[in-house]
Amino acid sequence: MTKIKPFAMGLAAIALGSAALAETELTVYTAVEAEDLARYAETFNQDHPDIKINWVRDSTGVVTAKLLAEKNNPQADVIWGLAATSLLVLKSEDMLEPYTPAGLDALDPKFRDSDTPPSWVGMDAWVAAICYNTVEGDKLGLTAPTSWQDLTKPEYKGHVVMPNPASSGTGFLDVSSWLQLFGEEQGWAYMDALHENIGAYTHSGSKPCKMAAAGETVIGVSFAFRGAKSKAEGAPIEIIIPEEGIGWDMESTAIVAGTDNLEAAQTLVDWSITPKAMEMYNVGYAVVAIPGIAKPVEHFPPNIPEKMIDNDFEWAANNRDAILAEWTKRYDTKSEPKG
Amino acid sequence: MTDAATLPPGRTTRLKLDRDGVIKRGLMLVIAAYLFAALALPLYAMLSKSFVTYSFDLTRYEFQVSDETGTIWSDPVSAADLNARLDLFDPDDLRTSTNGRLAVTGFFPEFSFRSPVKYRLRGTVADAPYLVGLDLQNSTEWREFDGNTFRRVNLRPVATAGLQNYRAYFTNPTLLSSIGNSVFIATVSTVLTVTAAFGFAYALNRSCMQFKGAFRLIAMMPILVPSLLPGIALIYLFGNQGLLKSLLMGQSIYGPLGIVIGSIFFTFPHALIIISTALSISDQRQYEAAESLRASKWRTFWTVTIPSARYGLISAAFVTFTLVITDFGLPKVIGGQYNVLAIDIYKQVIGQQNFEMGAVVSVVLLIPAVIAFAVDRIVQKKQVSLLSARSVPYQPRPNRRFDMAMLGWCSLVALFIVGIIGICQFAALVKFWPYDLSFSLRNYEFDRMDGGGWAAYFNSLRMAALTAVVGTVIVFTGAYVVEKIDGFRLGRAGFQFLAMLPMAIPGMVLGLAYIFFFNDPENPLNFVYGTMAILVISTVTHFYTVGHLTALTALKQIDAEFEPVASSLRAPFWRLFARVTVPVCLPSILDISIYLFVNAMTTVSAVVFLYSTHTALASVAVLNMDDAGDVAPAAAMGMMIFYTNAAARMLHAAASRGLLRRTQAWRLR
Repeated sequence: MTKIKPFAMGLAAIALGSAALAETELTVYTAVEAEDLARYAETFNQDHPDIKINWVRDSTGVVTAKLLAEKNNPQADVIWGLAATSLLVLKSEDMLEPYTPAGLDALDPKFRDSDTPPSWVGMDAWVAAICYNTVEGDKLGLTAPTSWQDLTKPEYKGHVVMPNPASSGTGFLDVSSWLQLFGEEQGWAYMDALHENIGAYTHSGSKPCKMAAAGETVIGVSFAFRGAKSKAEGAPIEIIIPEEGIGWDMESTAIVAGTDNLEAAQTLVDWSITPKAMEMYNVGYAVVAIPGIAKPVEHFPPNIPEKMIDNDFEWAANNRDAILAEWTKRYDTKSEPKG
Repeated sequence: MTDAATLPPGRTTRLKLDRDGVIKRGLMLVIAAYLFAALALPLYAMLSKSFVTYSFDLTRYEFQVSDETGTIWSDPVSAADLNARLDLFDPDDLRTSTNGRLAVTGFFPEFSFRSPVKYRLRGTVADAPYLVGLDLQNSTEWREFDGNTFRRVNLRPVATAGLQNYRAYFTNPTLLSSIGNSVFIATVSTVLTVTAAFGFAYALNRSCMQFKGAFRLIAMMPILVPSLLPGIALIYLFGNQGLLKSLLMGQSIYGPLGIVIGSIFFTFPHALIIISTALSISDQRQYEAAESLRASKWRTFWTVTIPSARYGLISAAFVTFTLVITDFGLPKVIGGQYNVLAIDIYKQVIGQQNFEMGAVVSVVLLIPAVIAFAVDRIVQKKQVSLLSARSVPYQPRPNRRFDMAMLGWCSLVALFIVGIIGICQFAALVKFWPYDLSFSLRNYEFDRMDGGGWAAYFNSLRMAALTAVVGTVIVFTGAYVVEKIDGFRLGRAGFQFLAMLPMAIPGMVLGLAYIFFFNDPENPLNFVYGTMAILVISTVTHFYTVGHLTALTALKQIDAEFEPVASSLRAPFWRLFARVTVPVCLPSILDISIYLFVNAMTTVSAVVFLYSTHTALASVAVLNMDDAGDVAPAAAMGMMIFYTNAAARMLHAAASRGLLRRTQAWRLR
């Protein structure tokens, strides 16, 4: 027995040791690009090796639907990297846990919930842009557009693809920014004209840019991040920031109300707005929540920050249903001719 | 028997339940309970969800208004009274969706956010939700607002029950037009598919053309791929950068044209199997009679061939129609702006989180599917045996011209099928379509894309294997007990109905019904939500009927005498089951499992609402990658599914041959 004892104690020590280091597991819902997830978790674990992130990733619409469907029985601990517009919907359902993360004051006020304590904090901005295929454009003898108004020119008829705002967050971002930029009446008049040129409304926000990248269309209304990626892959596209200004949304972070792992969740949210996290976001996104940190990102047009409109998220969230109903009434009824 | 009739009536016989009878009944109850929980209850949950409506209940809120100094308050007045006084909204205006919001400032015409007048608001009952900005409030305590905050206050609706969703649906021209669109494309696709399949089946059964074996093999290929794949292929062939774009003469492939062509592709084998079976059974004597009556070939075709195949044709038409109208993958990929019912469900649920409206569209989609199913069942019953003992099987005679024509037709169809699959493989291997056509395996790096990566592929394999094993056990046991049980007629009829029902339920409807049922925290079965189990359950249930029918057909071949003999020998039924029933039915059991496996690999519609991140599936990955614009990787994943299913099919063929030799020797004399 005595011989065994040290061995048994050793075992116990190992068991205890691992218990002390026991990982807290956090279920994190996200819409961040699939290829970035591993990098995000790794960087976070450099500072907090004791918290293990279990990603649940899907597109913005699906993650939002999932969270709403699970409203009475939330599965997520933290939401890290979901459109602020979606978080506003969740907030209005009382599903978020307000929390003041350490270092909140460093954030650009645009990048946080205006309430105190805030229910969510921003990470990086995700801006609208036009992807223009130069090869196909030249073939058709077109010139690149420089503004939103340009897109209504008759020469682009059938060559513009944009996301359907009813199924894509990016699409809604575009529509709500036009209504804010041009005013309600002018905004709808603009979309009426634009509708004449639209070749297709897609369900996904990145698809128009990928279609432009593959020459399936000439002009894709999409977002800059996607355009930069496609360009890096060798697509013959130009990323155009329309001169009137661009709509934007932010990826943001929040704690799901009722989580069992509140402490770990708070640690993650604290970390998510540290300068180190911002540098991590900056690899793909040109504008991050703490001013002055971001370095220019390859293929991103440099003038993005000054072109971002003063987006009224609360207005957009509270009017979303009415805007979508109006949009659907105007443009979705127009089915293609039969046969 | 006639002697027995003259005997005096004896005691009415009553079946005495022995132990086997009890066990069989128990088994049947277990499987019936499974079907009930996996089918009937979710559908009920969905149906009740479609009646959940939302409206603003103004009687639940009370206001107070202060004077200019913000100190003296008016008497509390309810929002309903204010509404009546100002004549603002009639009850119809107060109906809304889950996301509805009603600005409170509307109740105060004199409201100005610059004025120093203050406002108070409270709920009069416990459930009186309102928003301040985006903060949800639900309290019977007074809350005070200055003008600037008060304009950010919105009332939220509360849930009630009613027909309002249906009314909203049938007054919405956008949603309504989808019904016409769905019926239109389903009808056109059905006519074309049945025509094409009839020609093909005719060639296989009634001609002496060459390469029949190869054509049979090629014709079955579409079953092995998800229905989205032809959509992707058509974009590569006829899209704006398509290889054969000029063939369309300016027509766009996005829209009904693409949906119809793709639908022909994926429904073709289903129609072919049914029509081919109908054409393979025919009586040479009828044709000899026609010939001796000097009927022309044309006349014989219309008076002998078509009538004898009519039930097959009708059945094929309804199966095709149901497949097209409930398909979701194709319209999603290539439908463009063309709205169909299945897409509407997806848009309502995923795009707008309007689950109630999704449930309404599901109910609407159920109607044509149920009608098609019912008509098909009636037609099946009318089908009488065409083959009597004296029949002489039809032997086609060589006819060079006719055989060449048939060969031409089959080659055309085969070219279409192989072309669709070939272009997908080509696109999957190309680096950057259409600008860099050099080959690369980059599109197979699924981990770089949306959709779940390679893990999704292995999840699919796991899911399909589980579905094949678990499903076959459930389906075969169910068919066995319902076929070999004595008495208990009512229970058996009920079970049969439950077993036939899945055929009429579109996958999307089943998937949505599962969300409502299994995601309810009060449901004790809630724990399966988000797991692999729910995917397996939904897939087994979705494809239950065909397996059930296959098993029944096999079981009917076994003489009912076996059971009494076994029990008189005091052998328990499970010994008979293991020693006789299962070995005899082994070919059918293998057929059921391969059917379940292949369908589990390709299905999208039911699981698209049910997969979680850890259980992402290859077929859904195809959808999501295409959705994100990663079309080439989507094609690559689709081809992985194709190769997997083809390999499974080959394995199945080899296993069947080996097992048949060992277990089916009794069939040979």
